[in-house]
Amino acid sequence: MATKVLMPQLGESVTEGTISKWLVKVGDVVQKYDALAEVATDKVNAEVPSTVAGKVTEIVVPEGETVSVGTLILYIEEAGSAAAEPSADTVIRQESGMASGQHEQTAASAAAKQRFSPAVLRLAQEHNIDLTLITGTGAGGRITRKDVQQVIEQGGQKSTAQTAPAPRNSPAVYEEPSVKAPAISTPTPSIPKPSQGDLVIPVTPLRKTIAARMTQSKQEIPHAWTMVEVDVTNLVKLRNRWKTKVKEQEGINLTFLPFFIKAVVEALKEYPMMNSTWQGEQIVVRKDVNISIAVATEDALFVPVIKNADQKSVFGIAKAVEELAAKTRAGKLTLDDMSGGTFTVNNTGSFGSVLSVPIINPPQAAILSVEAIVKRPVVIEDMIAIRSMVNLCLSLDHRILDGLVCGRFLQSVKQKLENIGPDTPIY
Amino acid sequence: MAVISYIDAITMAMREEMRRDPNVFVLGEDVGVRGGVFRTTAGLIEEFGEQRVVDTPLAESAIVGVGIGAAAYGMRPIAEIQFADFIMPAVNQIVSEAAKMRYRSNNDWNCPITIRAPFGGGVHGGLYHSQSVEAMFTNVPGLKVVVPATPYDAKGLLKAAVRDDDPVLFFEHKRCYRLIKGEVPETDYTVPIGKAEVKREGTDITVISYGLTLHFALQAAEKLAQEGISAHILDLRTLYPLDKEAIVEAAAKTGKVLIVHEDNKEGGVGGEVAAIIAEHCLFDLDAPIRRLCGPDVPAMPYSPTLEKQFILNPDQVLQAMRELAHF
Repeated sequence: MATKVLMPQLGESVTEGTISKWLVKVGDVVQKYDALAEVATDKVNAEVPSTVAGKVTEIVVPEGETVSVGTLILYIEEAGSAAAEPSADTVIRQESGMASGQHEQTAASAAAKQRFSPAVLRLAQEHNIDLTLITGTGAGGRITRKDVQQVIEQGGQKSTAQTAPAPRNSPAVYEEPSVKAPAISTPTPSIPKPSQGDLVIPVTPLRKTIAARMTQSKQEIPHAWTMVEVDVTNLVKLRNRWKTKVKEQEGINLTFLPFFIKAVVEALKEYPMMNSTWQGEQIVVRKDVNISIAVATEDALFVPVIKNADQKSVFGIAKAVEELAAKTRAGKLTLDDMSGGTFTVNNTGSFGSVLSVPIINPPQAAILSVEAIVKRPVVIEDMIAIRSMVNLCLSLDHRILDGLVCGRFLQSVKQKLENIGPDTPIY
Repeated sequence: MAVISYIDAITMAMREEMRRDPNVFVLGEDVGVRGGVFRTTAGLIEEFGEQRVVDTPLAESAIVGVGIGAAAYGMRPIAEIQFADFIMPAVNQIVSEAAKMRYRSNNDWNCPITIRAPFGGGVHGGLYHSQSVEAMFTNVPGLKVVVPATPYDAKGLLKAAVRDDDPVLFFEHKRCYRLIKGEVPETDYTVPIGKAEVKREGTDITVISYGLTLHFALQAAEKLAQEGISAHILDLRTLYPLDKEAIVEAAAKTGKVLIVHEDNKEGGVGGEVAAIIAEHCLFDLDAPIRRLCGPDVPAMPYSPTLEKQFILNPDQVLQAMRELAHF
């Protein structure tokens, strides 16, 4: 393969040169440092030495033509090049160190896109700008302060919901704190200015992602909601029987959640539509059953995923839950830990909640929340008994699912939980 | 308005001040009959006589010491140190006496002395005629340190220094003397000490400099404008005390700051400028603050090749500005 010879830099401020005379012709064999051409610049007249030994194969720039520094002027077929040089297209650079400098730049550029300067972060926060939607013009695609200012000058980002990229690594489950009165058509209230003593908290990128995802879910998905109550007296007994043993033998806190997840997974197998995704023109029923679980930290909510939950026992699920929760609190969740979920189970009962209306974690079709287990007087065969009761709440994407399939699904989950007996295996 | 050189602007300022105030006098090595080795005081002895244009022995501590005594007595001395490199024997007088007189006498005494000294390299002066010594004096409260870059500022700042009631160190870049020309009014005007000036408005990058390298930045800005890069250039003019407000404003304007000076990098004025920016406008910054300065080696070499290597050149400044713009 031929080596490229470029117009060399013949002086500090020289930017171009004229090939005044070629000293070689095609087919000539040259030694390294042999003069190839005479070059005239506005500062000096000089000869261009050959950078390699070999045979001239092509002269690119004709005599009398002026070209800028770095322009390809001729090709030389290197002697024994095929064997000697592994890299076929060796470009001879006049400035040493240039090549390695470029290497560093490539490595740095990947990082540049994700690193924001203080000015960029501040502007993005002040003007509610999603930086992931901006194309940077700085080195290595870095988003510069000017890039953000331009977006602001053009009136900011209109609606993130429409242009938001496919959901990837973001948390999604959220409980509405209170039921709001339906909005009456009133003019949008002006945002109150913070008064003295108010605490103004800048929105973190994570919180912003949560907000965008929640808004997207609520705006795009027609949510429907239903609830069943389940008698888990036997489950409580079973779990209490195993609790200490599992702790001693396995070092794992056996909570109620794995039992619920197990029942949900089994029911999902019976009603695969619950495990599907709305894609506009088609509905995709997912083969894998990957259960997203919500894990709260002080200031955010993460939704790590138990992969292939249908292949796990109650104990296996318990182990997975514990590992994911530990990773979340340590801030060590990977993108992989949080992706691929097909259905979400949310343990709102851990806060003592007995009723919640969860928001669907797109692109999933439904989300189930497990409320607190409470002892209540219950009528069984005309007798009143004290039973451990739990509410299971389901929010569903009404584009995909109807009440019938959801009702059956919940009944199935309920049956499985109520049929748990003292001998139900956990391994 | 006449276009005159930087050195002529300095001579003009001294002449005008001596005519205006009989208390103003000049002292230094060869400032009289010879008219100064750079010819800065040319013609002064003829006009004002040897009582007011005093040739001194080769003893910088005495030049400054005599000046301090005269200043305490109510005179307005302009003491010339032939090369800033030679200021070292006078440091004790400057730092321990002149700078502290007002403070230690609880305002009873003050010291209105101006100490002029040519500094900087690029004139093939070797080790002892090329140094930049300004950073040694920019953490001495009580002193003011001034470095003009243009003829207009040189005249206005020197007149302000003479009229200042406290000691002012007035550093003149010797390469600027005949290289830099500009319009200078023949009228009586001063340029305020302690105020930086925006020498060029721009939006992409901010360059902060002083002395000769400011001109490199201005030249580079012209070229970069053709590439669509708009440079905002601040001339510090006074190095101590720094014009913090102007620095912060200029830095915040573009969020990308390059500080350029001929003096060594570590411990140079640029470090203080960078600290001010970091303290006051972190959230306006769009790039790490950069400094382009002289290398941290003891002095300007005599060998022309090495001198060229040591001293900043316009291409380096241009390159650094372009890189920052592309960041």
